[in-house]
Amino acid sequence: MKDFIIPGLDGAPAFSDRDYGTPESRSQKMVTLTIDGFEVSVPEGTSVMRASNTLGISIPKLCATDNMEAWGSCRLCAVEIEGRRGTPASCTTPVAPGMVVHTQSEKIRKLRKGVMELYISDHPLDCLTCAANGDCELQDMAGAVGLRDVRYEAPQGAPGVANHFLRRESDGTANPQWLPKDDSNPYFTYDPAKCIVCSRCVRACEEVQGTFALTIEGRGFDSRVSAGMAGDSFLSSDCVSCGACVQACPTATLQEKSVIEIGTPDRKVVTTCAYCGVGCSFEAEMRGDTVVRMTPWKHGKANRGHSCVKGRFAWGYATHNDRILHPMIRESINDPWEVVTWDEAITFAATKLRDIQAKHGRRAIGGITSSRCTNEETFLVQKMIRSVFGNNNTDTCARVCHSPTGYGLGRAFGTSAGTQDFDSVEHTDVVIVIGANPTDGHPVFASRLKKRLRQGAKLIVIDPRRTDLVRSPHIEAAHHLPLRPGTNVAVVTALAHVIVTEGLYDEAFIRERCDWDEFQHYAEFVSDARHSPEAIAMLTGVDPNELRAAARLFAKGGNGAIYYGLGVTEHSQGSTTVMGIANLAMLTGNIGRPGVGVNPLRGQNNVQGSCDMGSFPHELPGYRHVSQDATREIFEKLWGSVLDKEPGLRIPNMLDAAVEGTFKGLYVQGEDILQSDPDTRHVSAGLAAMDCVIVQDLFLNETANYAHVFLPGSTFLEKDGTFTNAERRINRVRRVMMPKNGYADWEVTMLLANAMGAGWTYTHPSQVMDEIAATTPSFAGVSYEMLEEKGSVQWPCNELHPEGTPIMHVDGFVRGKGRFIVTEYVATDERTGPRFPLLLTTGRILSQYNVGAQTRRTANVVWHDQDVLEIHPHDAEVRGIKEGDWVRLASRAGETSLRALLTDRVSPGVVYTTFHHPDTQANVITTDFSDWATNCPEYKVTAVQVALTNGPSDWQEDYAQRAERSRRVLPAAE
Amino acid sequence: MAADIQKLVRMANQIATFFASQPGDTQAAEVAGHLKSFWEPRMLQALYAHVDAGGEGLSPLVLQAVGRLRQPA
Ligand code: SF4
Ligand code: SF4
Ligand code: SF4
Ligand code: FES
Repeated sequence: MKDFIIPGLDGAPAFSDRDYGTPESRSQKMVTLTIDGFEVSVPEGTSVMRASNTLGISIPKLCATDNMEAWGSCRLCAVEIEGRRGTPASCTTPVAPGMVVHTQSEKIRKLRKGVMELYISDHPLDCLTCAANGDCELQDMAGAVGLRDVRYEAPQGAPGVANHFLRRESDGTANPQWLPKDDSNPYFTYDPAKCIVCSRCVRACEEVQGTFALTIEGRGFDSRVSAGMAGDSFLSSDCVSCGACVQACPTATLQEKSVIEIGTPDRKVVTTCAYCGVGCSFEAEMRGDTVVRMTPWKHGKANRGHSCVKGRFAWGYATHNDRILHPMIRESINDPWEVVTWDEAITFAATKLRDIQAKHGRRAIGGITSSRCTNEETFLVQKMIRSVFGNNNTDTCARVCHSPTGYGLGRAFGTSAGTQDFDSVEHTDVVIVIGANPTDGHPVFASRLKKRLRQGAKLIVIDPRRTDLVRSPHIEAAHHLPLRPGTNVAVVTALAHVIVTEGLYDEAFIRERCDWDEFQHYAEFVSDARHSPEAIAMLTGVDPNELRAAARLFAKGGNGAIYYGLGVTEHSQGSTTVMGIANLAMLTGNIGRPGVGVNPLRGQNNVQGSCDMGSFPHELPGYRHVSQDATREIFEKLWGSVLDKEPGLRIPNMLDAAVEGTFKGLYVQGEDILQSDPDTRHVSAGLAAMDCVIVQDLFLNETANYAHVFLPGSTFLEKDGTFTNAERRINRVRRVMMPKNGYADWEVTMLLANAMGAGWTYTHPSQVMDEIAATTPSFAGVSYEMLEEKGSVQWPCNELHPEGTPIMHVDGFVRGKGRFIVTEYVATDERTGPRFPLLLTTGRILSQYNVGAQTRRTANVVWHDQDVLEIHPHDAEVRGIKEGDWVRLASRAGETSLRALLTDRVSPGVVYTTFHHPDTQANVITTDFSDWATNCPEYKVTAVQVALTNGPSDWQEDYAQRAERSRRVLPAAE
Repeated sequence: MAADIQKLVRMANQIATFFASQPGDTQAAEVAGHLKSFWEPRMLQALYAHVDAGGEGLSPLVLQAVGRLRQPA
C-alpha cells in the first residue's frame, strides 16, 4: 500500500496521504516550537502530534487520526517536553511558544514498547492470513516501536488468563470474553476478536457521520464496541452504512467484505462518485482491473474524506450480470431483440433517423442527454442534436428536477447555479432546509450540516414530512413548518411578510445591491395582510406563531443559508418558489460571503453539468439563448454547420408531439424516462408512437421496452471525463478499467454522429473540454491539466476568476442589481375532492438512487426492497388499513398498488412514497401538470385516494408481462 | 387533438397568470417574450391556430401576447 500512484497528482504534497493525527487548527495566530531540534511554526491550537507531522516526523499512534478530535486513550504517542514532567500524549497536547519536544528517547522507546506489548498480547497473531495484512496500523506500530517479542505470554488458552480472541480455553470450555463476528452488514464485517477498543469507530460515527449508532459498552477489560442497543447487529441498529467507522478502524476489526474476498489493493485512482449531486471524491482502490474498494478521498473538497453507502459500497452494478454488453436492434417493439455488431446497430440507427427526417422534416427527431453522464458526453450529445440533427430538440432529465432553479435564479441573480461551496456550511448560523431531505438525498452534505448544527447553528425545516433532520441524535430543528404540499409560495411569501412588516430586513444591503424601486414594490406586495402567517394558516396548515418565529430567527440569527431540493422545484409554481427563496436571501442580506446563500441540492451526480453543457432546448452551453446570433456564430464557426435559432422541444413537448405524429425519433443517453417521468401512460404512448427510439444504457431499462435500438453504455469506472456537482465544482472522473461494452459513452455518441456525417475526430475527452473552454466563457480557464494540478475547480473559471469561484455574487450580482420578484401564490389545478381526498408527495431514501437501476442491483436492497406508502394512522384507520396491508393508490392519471406504512411523519391528509422500484411505478399516479415557466413536472402534489386491495393492480401485472415480453433476446445465430 | 390543445391552453394561461401578477405595464410583452423563448415553433403554430379558431379558454393576456408575436417585426 505504499507506492500508490495517483495519476497526475503523484508527488504533489498538497494531496499527500499522510495522516496528521489531529484536525487542522483554524487559528490565524502562529506558534513556534522546536521538535527534535527542528523549528516549526503552526497555528495556535495545533497538537504536538500534528506539528511534528508537518515536519515529516511521524509519532506512533493508534487512537488518533486527523479527521476527528484527539481522544488520548492509547498512550502510544507519548513524547518528552522539556520542563514538563512525565511523558504527555502528543495528540492531546497543544503546542506552546518555545516548547522543546523530543519524540524519541530511551524512556519513550520503552514506554511505547510496553504499550504495544499489552495490545499485542490480547490480539490474535494471524497476521499472514488477516484481511488487513499490509494495511493495518497495529502491525505498522508494532514495527515502528520495534516490538520483537511479547513478554506477557500470549495466553494460549491457559484457563483463567483473560483474552478476547480465543474461542475456547485450552481445556475446551468456552471463553466468555469471545464474541462471534457480526456479518449482518452486506458490505463490512465486525470481528470483535481483533478490536483494540481505540474508539475511533465510535468517534467517526459521531463526529464525521453524525449518526451515533456506536457506543463503547462496559468498562476496562470488558469494554466493547457495540452497534445500537443490546441485541442489535450492525444491520438492525441505526447504522446507515456510510463506512466512516470502517475507514477509521486501524485494524481488521471493521473490514470491507470485498477486501476479505479479493485481497488488498495495489493501486489507487482518484475519481468522483456517480450517484448524487454532492459529487464526493473517491479513491478507486484496484487490483488489476478489479475494484477492491472505493474509499472517500480526504482531499476531495465536496466531501472532505466522508462518504455515504452508495458511493462507498454500491458500485457492484458495474459488473452485474444484467449489464448488456452488445448492441441490439429490432424493427418493431413487439419483436424480440437481435444481437448485432456495433457497425450494424449504428448504421441501422443512423439510417432510420435520416429516413424519418426525409419523411417528416428536420425537427421530427431529437435526443435526451444524461445527468449521469460526463460533461463531455453531454456536450457531444447536444452538439450532435444541434449540428448533425440540425434542430434544438435536446433536453435532459434535469427538466424533471431542477429546471425551475435555472429559470428562477437566472431571473433574480443572473446565473442559474447555487451561490456557495459546501464548506460554506461551516460558517452558517441559521439554516433553512426547504423541500429537501438531505440525510436521504444528499447524505454527505447532511453529515457536514449536522456537524455544524451540533456546534450550535439553528435549523428551520419546511417540509410536509417530519424528515430525519427535524429530530435526530443531538439535533433538533428550532422550527418545523409542516406545510400542505403545493403551498410553498404562500409560506415563503409569508416569511417575507414578517421580515418586511417587522422591519427585520437588511436595508443597507438592499440599497447597495438590489434594484430599490423593485424592492419597494415588492415590500408593498408582501406587506399586504393577505400574505400574513395568520391569513395563510388555513391554506398551508402552518402554525402562524411558528412561522413568525422562524422568520425572525432567519432574519436576525446571523449568517443565514437556504438549502432546497425537489420539494421546491417539482410544483406548478416551482420557479416562483425559487424566486421567493432568492427574495428571502436578498431581503436578509444573506448573499456573497461564506455561511449564507441560496443552495439548490441537485439530485443526480451531473445535473448541474448537464444544464451547464447546453442540454436545454433553448440554451447553448453556458446558458445562452439559441436566438442570440453572436453565440450561435461561435459554434457555427467551430462546428461548420448552421444552427437553428428557434427553441426546440422539451421532454414533455416531445412526447406530446409524438402522440400527435410530428415527432418520430429519439436518442436517449443514460436516462429512463419511462420510469422517471410523470404520467407513465402518456410517456409510454409517446414512445410507442415513435418510429425509432434509441436507448443507450447499462441495462435494459424500462424505456428500452419501447426501443428499436439498444446501445450498451459504460460506467463511470470505464471512462475519463468530468462531473459538476451542486456547488459548481468540476471534478475529474478517471478510467480505472476498460469499458466492458467496448466503448465509453462519448465514443458511442461519436459513432452515431459520424454515421450521420459529422466527421468528428476526438480521441480523448480532454479535447472536448478544450472545445467547451474555447466556446463558453464561464469555462474558459478549465482544462484537464489545470484539474490535475488543482484537483477540482468551481466555475466560473476564466481570466477574471483564474482560481474558480467558490462563492458567487461577492461584489455584486452577475446581472448587476439583484431583482425582487413578486411571488403571488396560485393554487395548483391539482386539487383534492371527494374522489381523491388525499395529497400524494414523493421522495427518495438513502440506500436507493433515483429509478434504482443501479442500486437495485447491489446489496443495498437489504435496506429497501420495495416502495411503500406512508400514511397517517388516522387516514389509515378510517379506511381500515393496517400496517403492511396492500393498498390501491389511485389518481385521475392511473393507479398502482403497494404496501402501507403507518406513520405520523406525514400529516393527516398527506401520503408519501418513493419511486425506486419499477413494479410500483409511482409515476403511473402522477399527472401531467407542470411548472408554469419550465414544464418541470408537478411530482410533489397529486390528489389521490387510498383503499385496501389484495395485491398488485391489473395495470402492474399487464405491465410486468409486457416488460418481460419486450426484453426477449433472440439466441445469437452462430 | 382536443386534449393537446387543452394542454397548451393551460400552459399558456399559467404563464399569463404569473406575469399578470407582476408590476408595470409590460405584462403582454413579457408573456410574448416567454412564449418566444421557450416554445418550439410547432407549439406556437398550434396556439396561433387555436386563436384563429376562436381562442377558447385563453386568458386575455395570452391573446394580447399572441397578437404581439404575430405582428411582422
Ligand atoms: S457505517 Fe457509518 S453509520 Fe454505520 S456505524 Fe459506521 S460510522 Fe456509524
Ligand atoms: S472496531 Fe476498530 S476503530 Fe473501533 S474500537 Fe475496535 S479497533 Fe478501534
Ligand atoms: S453523498 Fe452522493 S456523491 Fe457522496 S458518496 Fe453518497 S451518493 Fe456519492
Ligand atoms: S494517539 Fe495519542 S493517545 Fe492514542
